[in-house]
Amino acid sequence: MNLKPNEKLNVEEILKDLDKYVPKRRGWHWREGTDIPRQIGKFEYFDMSSDLKQSQALPAAQYFGNIDPQGKSIITTEIASGRFEDDIRRMRMGAWHGADHIMVIRTAGQSHFESLIEGTPQGVGGIPISRKQVRAQRKALDFIEEEVGRPINYHSYVSGVAGPEIAVMFAEEGVNGAHQDPQYNVLYRNINMIRSFVDAAEAKTVLAWADIAQIDGAHNANATAREAWKVMPELMVQHSINSIFSRKVGMKAQNICLSTVPPTAPPAPCMRLDLPYAVALREFFSDYRMRAQMNTKYMQSSTREATVTHVLNLLISQMTSADIQSTITPDEGRNVPWHIYNIEAIDTAKQAFAGMDGLKDILKIRRDEEPMLSSVREIKERAILFMEEMIKNGGYFKSIEEGFFVDSGNYPERNGDGIVRKSDAGVGVGTVYERDEDYFAPVTATFGYNNVAQYDESAINNPAKLIDGCTFEKPEKIIFIDELDETDNVYVRLDEVKEKLEKPSNLLPEVEWAADGTILVTLFFPVEERTAEFAAIEFGKKLGLTEVEVINKEVMQEAEGTRIELKGKTNFKIDTETLVIPPKPHILSDDEIREAVKEKPLKIVAATVGEDEHSVGIREIIDIKHGGIEGYGIEAEILGTSIPVEKLVDAAIETNADAILASTIISHDDIHYKNMRKLHDLCVEKGIRDKIMLAAGGTQVSNELAIENGMDAGFGRGTKGAHVATFLVEKRKKMNL
Amino acid sequence: MRNDDYLERRGHLANLSEEELKQRFWDLAEELVDPIIDLARKNTSPSIERSILLRMGFSSMEAKTIVDGVIDRGLMGKGAGHVVYRLAKDYKMDIREAGLKLVDGQMWDEVLVIFKGAGK
Repeated sequence: MNLKPNEKLNVEEILKDLDKYVPKRRGWHWREGTDIPRQIGKFEYFDMSSDLKQSQALPAAQYFGNIDPQGKSIITTEIASGRFEDDIRRMRMGAWHGADHIMVIRTAGQSHFESLIEGTPQGVGGIPISRKQVRAQRKALDFIEEEVGRPINYHSYVSGVAGPEIAVMFAEEGVNGAHQDPQYNVLYRNINMIRSFVDAAEAKTVLAWADIAQIDGAHNANATAREAWKVMPELMVQHSINSIFSRKVGMKAQNICLSTVPPTAPPAPCMRLDLPYAVALREFFSDYRMRAQMNTKYMQSSTREATVTHVLNLLISQMTSADIQSTITPDEGRNVPWHIYNIEAIDTAKQAFAGMDGLKDILKIRRDEEPMLSSVREIKERAILFMEEMIKNGGYFKSIEEGFFVDSGNYPERNGDGIVRKSDAGVGVGTVYERDEDYFAPVTATFGYNNVAQYDESAINNPAKLIDGCTFEKPEKIIFIDELDETDNVYVRLDEVKEKLEKPSNLLPEVEWAADGTILVTLFFPVEERTAEFAAIEFGKKLGLTEVEVINKEVMQEAEGTRIELKGKTNFKIDTETLVIPPKPHILSDDEIREAVKEKPLKIVAATVGEDEHSVGIREIIDIKHGGIEGYGIEAEILGTSIPVEKLVDAAIETNADAILASTIISHDDIHYKNMRKLHDLCVEKGIRDKIMLAAGGTQVSNELAIENGMDAGFGRGTKGAHVATFLVEKRKKMNL
Repeated sequence: MRNDDYLERRGHLANLSEEELKQRFWDLAEELVDPIIDLARKNTSPSIERSILLRMGFSSMEAKTIVDGVIDRGLMGKGAGHVVYRLAKDYKMDIREAGLKLVDGQMWDEVLVIFKGAGK
């Protein structure tokens, strides 16, 4: 399958012959070409990586030759709609915007599921991670990475009570990154601690074999603790437990990534609190990689507020380090995971990194001066004191039993509100079995005691030899299960979408799933918050929306009004076959226009005609500051506003102008067209009509009606300088002026 | 409940250099983790055994059935992969054939004979 930029990715094509698909590579991939200065467009960059072959640049890139600089950090996007087939399309959008780490969230409850889930059932808050879904998404990414020209890392979770099996499946299916941290199971999933750590050793051994990058789960303490800025010492401890445990089972340090999050957010003075922590962490964990997460703890449903917090987080990443930069969206506050917010969050990171390029060469953290000096030291010492007390207390398990973790006190302060787990309780308690002397496992990448020698001394380093290779050496031995549930699978869902749309040319708006019909309405009501909220719901219903929900509200002023964001579902379709789409206005390139004007200078006179005081429109078209036609070297004289048509024509004759541009905003009684007619007639009367170009513009002007009223062209809403300049250059040629 | 007594506790750390502090941090981390590593070396779990069977070429559902059977017969200490391996070896079957017999509920008696005395 070869993806073309203007063709949709065909999910059915991805699903075809999936049972035979073998992923094309294994292992994590970092960005290439970092740490060398590079020229991109007109600028030199110092913190960027290799360009993409194809990408979607930032909106403002149009002013800079459409450059799309790619920072040196891997950029993560988390995808979690519950339907993997729709997530695949979102992955492609994300990759085009610069994401190269696609993190797939698991469906609620999978942690407590013994064994793998198979097939493609729909998930809640994520997808059930099954071999088929993983394989389909990895296959799609194999094509998407070719399209954008950069390897894309695919990632999900190795946690719960099926960790080792999921790790094996990930290794077999070419998954590149995984969350694996037994502490997460214990603290947040109430899985028995003995079972969790025993499983983790095997799972990590498998991840190490497959060169899968591992991310820990420490950031969850930050998201859980009441006052998140106080858990910094504990965060260091959690990171250390998982890191050293991973090292000891054989994982290389470069594949061990700390999930670290700036603990607090504005209006707290977050930079002053978060930066010393970021420095302390990176100093203690200098052998390991940093996966910089964005703060979620203090995120409400305002995308604007989240963006500002996240840009501050990115400043910390830029001034310290981030091997992987996570991006996060306020989905939970806004009820569904939206395509658009994934893209916004990716762009936030890409944009901020491009803007902060080279900043470390100009700004320096005053590490060895106060207050940094003491702050960094204090965090480190508090973490060490934490560990000393754990040891005094009888070790890791005993300390968990006594609620050492996720206590809201800044250690050694203790508030007694930590999470308590018992070693003889929790999911999976009593399911750990001591290995006998003749315990044996004839496969690759196992951890712990394995009596291979009882069967073959020569196979000690390669136990799979005894079964002629396991699935790691012989992927053809993998058993692929397609579907187990006839009513809950991808084919049923794809058919439902087709049925809903009735025909392929029909369109419904979408936020997460094909044809979900959901739209977002932003509005302001000049009343207090609660009235605004309920008025908005009523308003949504009257618009014909169903499942109307207010997803964000912000008080502008208690009595004066409230901003509301509303989501709801539409049920009417747009048929693209019968849709009337006017032809795209033809525009010459900036260089072509400049060249033509350089060859033969072009002069115009312009004014807002009649009794009309509007001047913004004409300034935007002409003024060099606004991207107007002066920028191409066209000489323009603006006479002003409320100029009589006669005066405009006289000025054109006097200056020997090539064109007259008349701005007409006021349109009642068709005065704008009447003025156009008058302008044309006057030019005929003065004998210059065949030597001069006439154009009129205004928000209510249509090209067709302008021409009918004697103009050579009319320009309506959305017109840019380039449109008018193109017209002038081409029309001049046609008129032989 | 405890008030913040950081200043009293930090006495023995106050004079350590940054490098010494880092060394102390990682020494403590190792001390905390070593007993758990040892525990993991000596033990196995249903998920570990299922993951071994996956690697031996069984589906997730087959692996679950076999491991449940191994648990019921008190043979986890031997390893579920070991059970399948020995059955195949002793009865001259290939690995998959032997495992599928167990999935179908057959030959468990033969397994018990092979590992006799294993019923802890």
